[in-house]
Amino acid sequence: MSRTLSAPVTVAFDYTRSTGPVLGRFLTGLREKRVVGVRTSEGRVVVPPPEFDPVTHQQVDDFVEVADTGTVTSWTWVPEPVKGQPLDRPFAFALVTLDGADVPMVHALDVTSPDQVRTGMRVRIRWAEERVGAITDIACFEPTEDAAPGTAIKLGDLGDNPVTGVITPVELDYLYAASPEESSFYRAIAEGRIIGQRCPTCGKVYVPPRSACPADGTPTTDEVELSHTGTVTTFCIVNVPFLGQRITPPYVSAYVLLDGADIAFLHLILDIPAEEVRMGMRVQAVWKPREEWGTTIENISHFSPTGEPDADYDTYKQHL
Amino acid sequence: MAKQPAAIVGIGQTHHRAKREDVSMAGLCREAIDRALADANVSLDDIDAIVVGKAPDLFEGVMMPELFLAESLGAAGKPLLRVHTAGSVGGSTAIVAASLVQAGVHKRVLTVAYEKQSESNAMWALSVPVPFNMPVHAGAGGYFAPHVRSYIRRSGAPTHVGAIVAAKDRQNALRNPYAHLRNPDTTVESVLASQVLWDPIRYDETCPSSDGACAMVIVDEDTAAASPNPAWIHGTVMRSEATTAAERDQVNPQAGRDAAAYLWKQAGITNPLEEIDAAEIYVPFSWFEPMWLENLGFTAEGEGWRLTESGGTAMDGTLPVNCSGGVLSSNPIGASGMLRFGEAALQVRGAAGEHQVDGARRALGHAYGGGSQFFAMWVVGADKPSN
Repeated sequence: MSRTLSAPVTVAFDYTRSTGPVLGRFLTGLREKRVVGVRTSEGRVVVPPPEFDPVTHQQVDDFVEVADTGTVTSWTWVPEPVKGQPLDRPFAFALVTLDGADVPMVHALDVTSPDQVRTGMRVRIRWAEERVGAITDIACFEPTEDAAPGTAIKLGDLGDNPVTGVITPVELDYLYAASPEESSFYRAIAEGRIIGQRCPTCGKVYVPPRSACPADGTPTTDEVELSHTGTVTTFCIVNVPFLGQRITPPYVSAYVLLDGADIAFLHLILDIPAEEVRMGMRVQAVWKPREEWGTTIENISHFSPTGEPDADYDTYKQHL
Repeated sequence: MAKQPAAIVGIGQTHHRAKREDVSMAGLCREAIDRALADANVSLDDIDAIVVGKAPDLFEGVMMPELFLAESLGAAGKPLLRVHTAGSVGGSTAIVAASLVQAGVHKRVLTVAYEKQSESNAMWALSVPVPFNMPVHAGAGGYFAPHVRSYIRRSGAPTHVGAIVAAKDRQNALRNPYAHLRNPDTTVESVLASQVLWDPIRYDETCPSSDGACAMVIVDEDTAAASPNPAWIHGTVMRSEATTAAERDQVNPQAGRDAAAYLWKQAGITNPLEEIDAAEIYVPFSWFEPMWLENLGFTAEGEGWRLTESGGTAMDGTLPVNCSGGVLSSNPIGASGMLRFGEAALQVRGAAGEHQVDGARRALGHAYGGGSQFFAMWVVGADKPSN
């Protein structure tokens, strides 16, 4: 058995980027199979355009259009493409100086082996079939034999439907690892027990246990079995729905201070109308059916009123 | 060696809105930067170093945005630092920038902080479920609402005090052309009638989600001599504490109390309520005004709500708080702390326009972040500090 518990986590969101006027022109151009760059104050043509001039720091405004052909200035081979890369088969990432530009841009070059790439080779943009105003409108570069050198020309009209934003899906997949102390806690939960650890220095009982006491840094080693009853110190009623929410509102999110513990933890209060939940209310853990248990705090479905009189304020006021 | 005197001579901010779809992140920062540079009568070429701040990267999904922003911020060939202390970052970023001048390392430092909340969803970003844990988290409001309830219980404050703060700050925002929310009809009654989102916090007692940026130019004594109205830095402080510790006081955190005590000492202030003329305090949920009044030592513990309820924190009160409309009226998270610091500086420069407090000589800028675990504050004054 592994010392620690772990579980996969995916954090994913489709971010909505505002492009601003400069990058917006570049992306609008791509949608129309045109490559937009800018001439900087030093006279260099840069593609994609920087938003602000590197010398004057002013927003750039001298837009130009360059050719869709160019020359490879450097490259690297990608033998095993990963998810999200431009091509799903081995390819080269190449720096390509487009005809009319003075500095290279990076993109994929579609060739079948590194033997087919060399610095100085001529390439052409392969446009995506469907273009939406994104860098992926350039599917990749491909070798070409017949491209005559081109020059930068003043940018003409791009139409009246400019690109102002792009959607950028971002996804992080990682393995969350609980600490050894938390892992012990969740393994105990899987047996229907709640354990904490007492700090040998200050004597406070932490649940779930930390690797070290947050107050004085001492490693916590003494295990303490805790009661399944406790006191609501404070709480809020969540009425607001939001993206990714796992519990349907309204629900009571409460700090529950278990008897024998010195720190409260957040859990759900049910079996009582939300508006009747009180600070000081005595509650007990309600466990899910044993066959549904895992190594998670969710084995405790929720906390439910015990029916005892409310705890005296003085018994929990130092936990607020 | 003693600290070198430092002053704010340029302040710029964007028009804060729910969605600034007309600009990129770089463009948003430059809008604030260009205003700050113009205010300081300097250009980017005159700047020695740049310090940028923003809140968690998950808010826009850009890891280390300072890398791609460097050229747009004019940082090529110069030191560029990024500061990150969650919601307090705007304040701590300004303090890091100030320290570069106070330490004699640089003479002219540009600092900028921003957030483009419209590119993501902060509520989602702050509530990503953690394996094995109970998925009861519900954004910043869900985090702070239980502690607001604790404050109300502990202080015995009447439940309308939060609404007084919200109505005041929204009315103040009408005097600030850069403010996001502009609701002339907001009253205590309308706030009390708004939906309860995270009981006991109501919708109108909650900050908006904004796109915006703030920038400042902080300079040494020689450079400040050219400014008609420098705001001198009289003290800066940052403090942190553990997010979770047994018996940690979440209503009146130790780190905030310690920070304030050290700040007042640096500034030579013995009675902050009398000696501070205007305060910009980080109040993302209305109840944090009375909570922080106590934490900062403006009132005794349990008495902050009385100052609020009596009108003492209104524009014409003993201690005008958040004359700009505050975080409750504009909340580009990463920039919100710097806006507090910048608005405090505007007050002592006499440059706050319609929300100017007459004769303000010393002002507080304050920010906090995380689970009330990071604090950043400064005191600025119209006079050069004598210490």
